[in-house]
Amino acid sequence: MSAPDPSSLGGQQSAAEATHGEDVAEGASLWGEAWRDLRRNPFFVLPVLVIAVLTVMAIWPQLFTDLVPRSCDLSRSADPPEAGHWFGFDRQGCDLYTRVVYSTRASLLIGLTVTLGAFAIALVLGSLSGYYGRWLDAVLGRIADVFFGIPLVIGAIVLLTAVVDRGVWQVSAVLTLLAWPPMFRLMRSTVLSARESDYVQAARALGAGNARVIIRHVIPNSIAPVIAYATVFMGVIIGAEATLTFLGAGLQLPALSWGVLLSSPPPRELLNTPHLLLFPSLFVSLTVLSFVLAGDTLRDALDPKLR
Amino acid sequence: MSELPTTHDTGAWSLPRRGEPVLSVRDLHVEFRTRRGTLQAVRGVSWDVEPGETLAILGESGSGKSVSAQAVMGLIDSPPGHITSGSIHFRGRDLLGAPEVEQRRVRAEGVSIIFQDALTALNPVFTVGWQIAELFRVHRGLGRREAYQRAGDLLDRVGIPSARQRLHEYPHQFSGGMRQRAMIAMALALEPDVLIADEPTTALDVTVQAQIMDLLTDLQRDLGMGLVLITHDLAVVADVADRVAVMYAGRVVETGRVREVFTDPAHPYTLGLMRSIPPLERRTASLDPIRGTPPNPGALPVGCAFAPRCAFARDRCREEDPALEVVEAGRASACHFSEEVRRDG
Amino acid sequence: MGRYILRRILQMVPVVICATFLIYAMNFALPGDPVRALGGERPLPEEVQEQIRDRYNLDDPLLVQYGKYMGNVLQGDLGESLAVRRGTDVSDIIADTWPVTALLALVAFAFEIVIGIGAGVVAALRSGSFLDNLVRGSTILIVSVPIFVIGLVAQIVFGVRLGILPVAGTAQGWVSYILPGFVLAAVSLAYVSRITRNSLMENLRADYVRTATAKGLSRRRVVGRHALRNSMIPVVTFLAFDLGTLLSGTIVTEGIFNLNGIGGIAFDAIRQQDGTVVVGIVTMFVLIFVLANLIVDILYAVLDPRIRYD
Repeated sequence: MSAPDPSSLGGQQSAAEATHGEDVAEGASLWGEAWRDLRRNPFFVLPVLVIAVLTVMAIWPQLFTDLVPRSCDLSRSADPPEAGHWFGFDRQGCDLYTRVVYSTRASLLIGLTVTLGAFAIALVLGSLSGYYGRWLDAVLGRIADVFFGIPLVIGAIVLLTAVVDRGVWQVSAVLTLLAWPPMFRLMRSTVLSARESDYVQAARALGAGNARVIIRHVIPNSIAPVIAYATVFMGVIIGAEATLTFLGAGLQLPALSWGVLLSSPPPRELLNTPHLLLFPSLFVSLTVLSFVLAGDTLRDALDPKLR
Repeated sequence: MSELPTTHDTGAWSLPRRGEPVLSVRDLHVEFRTRRGTLQAVRGVSWDVEPGETLAILGESGSGKSVSAQAVMGLIDSPPGHITSGSIHFRGRDLLGAPEVEQRRVRAEGVSIIFQDALTALNPVFTVGWQIAELFRVHRGLGRREAYQRAGDLLDRVGIPSARQRLHEYPHQFSGGMRQRAMIAMALALEPDVLIADEPTTALDVTVQAQIMDLLTDLQRDLGMGLVLITHDLAVVADVADRVAVMYAGRVVETGRVREVFTDPAHPYTLGLMRSIPPLERRTASLDPIRGTPPNPGALPVGCAFAPRCAFARDRCREEDPALEVVEAGRASACHFSEEVRRDG
Repeated sequence: MGRYILRRILQMVPVVICATFLIYAMNFALPGDPVRALGGERPLPEEVQEQIRDRYNLDDPLLVQYGKYMGNVLQGDLGESLAVRRGTDVSDIIADTWPVTALLALVAFAFEIVIGIGAGVVAALRSGSFLDNLVRGSTILIVSVPIFVIGLVAQIVFGVRLGILPVAGTAQGWVSYILPGFVLAAVSLAYVSRITRNSLMENLRADYVRTATAKGLSRRRVVGRHALRNSMIPVVTFLAFDLGTLLSGTIVTEGIFNLNGIGGIAFDAIRQQDGTVVVGIVTMFVLIFVLANLIVDILYAVLDPRIRYD
């Protein structure tokens, strides 16, 4: 799996190509109108609810289960679901539901860290690159090309096999390092079109300084598609972490993530004990789906071309 | 001059007939059904064009002036567009009821159209020559070589220098004026009886505009075809058209010979248009634009759509939508008080 | 055109150098003993460690190490396997296993193009219909499920429960490739159909499509010849980008389906912490990815004449 091309979900109607002719005031109403649309859209509201529940689960897992993830009974190894243990037991004889609940934190944390990291890089470097252009743009563009030239999961595998202790921060750092270029490119192109717009030219003609123009005019008018993309991106990263960990190049026990739950039994064994596969992967998929859907509907709502 | 049909139907058609019209649109209604409601794009539009004649359809954007032409060419996307009633006759045959194959044949050989922006109207990934030759290959079954030969002749005919080489270039490699010439060449490839030109010069530089209009009138004269010129440009209409149909809010509000309509308007909207242009002899005179804005086609007022902007409007105008009625031989106006308008104008 | 290609190749060179350097540096220049990391949890025998130190010139400065390593790579020397097939040259392993991977990728590509583009076209032509919503819904769903989950579920459903398709190995010839090929294609297929749909819908509204209709061409020709040709431009760009997904996908897919291709070897190598094999295969994947992007850039220029070659 690679970091998605920003345009790939939306095809040609990539947000990057959207025209950004609105003024700052209209930028605000863009969000207002989007919100009015989204509030009534079940494909936005439902995923957001799921994400909210998952967030609570990540912060306070004990609210969702009375058991602790490390109280296990080896004699119950891989037993199927039963009353009181709806997800069954994993190979160590631990209650799978409890393990899944406690895994939420690492999975979401990696997704959030990588997304915030990539977003910060995109925001700073993308704005500078798009606004100043010239040699800065050329240099940053070439650097992005290098990382873009390495497929996400493959690159992460090779970088992570070199790391002996792989925890949340190590995995997040490697994923951030490899995954930022698409978001950077999106930010750069939206800034580029905002910079050419009349209101920015007007602000500059009126003598506003570069920093002020960037912060007050350019960024507010070019950030909407990037935020929508970041939402999808977070889902993709959570999926990528699960895949990496499944392959054995991501998090390691005793850390807990959905990927870890799926990677500890060998694949062949998962075929015979489907509940070990089903429940953790259901959580991964539902989480990724929620972020992808929310980001997707958000992008459509924020795209002035689709209004 | 033959007898004029007189009816009170809003789609009534009342124009002098010298010969048989080659293309005629009768009482056409088209609406666009969107989530926000139904837009009545045209509400009972009728016009026709004879061989060798130029009919101008004049109106501002949103007046529905292009919609009837799109209906003729089968370009109303459905959904959201729907032709709810009316007919389109080409050489006496009703097109709307005709089978798909026949409609296509008429579009290929009977009526063709050119658009405002030739850059987007030509396919960016095929050469200009390919796009013209396609007509000969599909509709005439010509081979590649001969089709390109004919395409080259056409480009030459519309005044494109070194036509043979330019056949193999892509639309983006042409200048704006040359692109519109290529578009015209393509429209005329199969020698249609009627050419519809939808704002053919709006996107062009002023100097090029005149060249393209000259080319169009030349070709029309040579080929003896009917020309339907859709425009918002009063000067172009005055220059080249024989007759004019003035449109407002999806209706033809006045129609007749250009000279008569322009010098002696019988509808307050036409009168307003005439007063809004600076006359050459009175350069310093203040202009008199029509006050207000055109109505929202999704929420038309009851009665006459022009009434809210009209200096002549009375209570009757706000209750009863006036039909297009004959005001003199060859002229019609959709106004309850057309005689008063003519007296005052 | 020639100059354009040359320029693209020249632009590619720094990307290749930097990317491979990055991979190399991360593996061999990080703090700690790279040789021990390569061996993973199992301590390597002293002599093997010595061999590796020698092979990778670990006593030289980093840039020199990298230069020598790349020199070897360009001569087809990717080092020796430490665990998966101990003692075998990585290049020999690749030479031995690539046909499986190539065939798998080919099957996946065929699925992507036939089903992906087909579903996208149908969805665009019937936009808003049940079929369109089905395509839209299922693509978002597929995109959200990690590929290994799709693979394992497909194995359980088609192999174990229904028993209609082979789920492991290549013993049954090309039939063995259907299920893994489809799994490998699944995610990309979803993207392809969505891009095709959106792109075609946008093009169907374009002015030149109206022109084509006004020329009296049949709907089939208007869509198939005029609109589709333009709609394929973003699809082709995506397919190149997507090769990265496909390559990493082979690791998962071949691992799950027990196929003895490059990906399957990489899968085992990661689990057995066979560093040289992982680095060798990944370096090769990166080279293929960059090369594929170059080819697509050229193809893109052929498809879209508006691209300037200068």
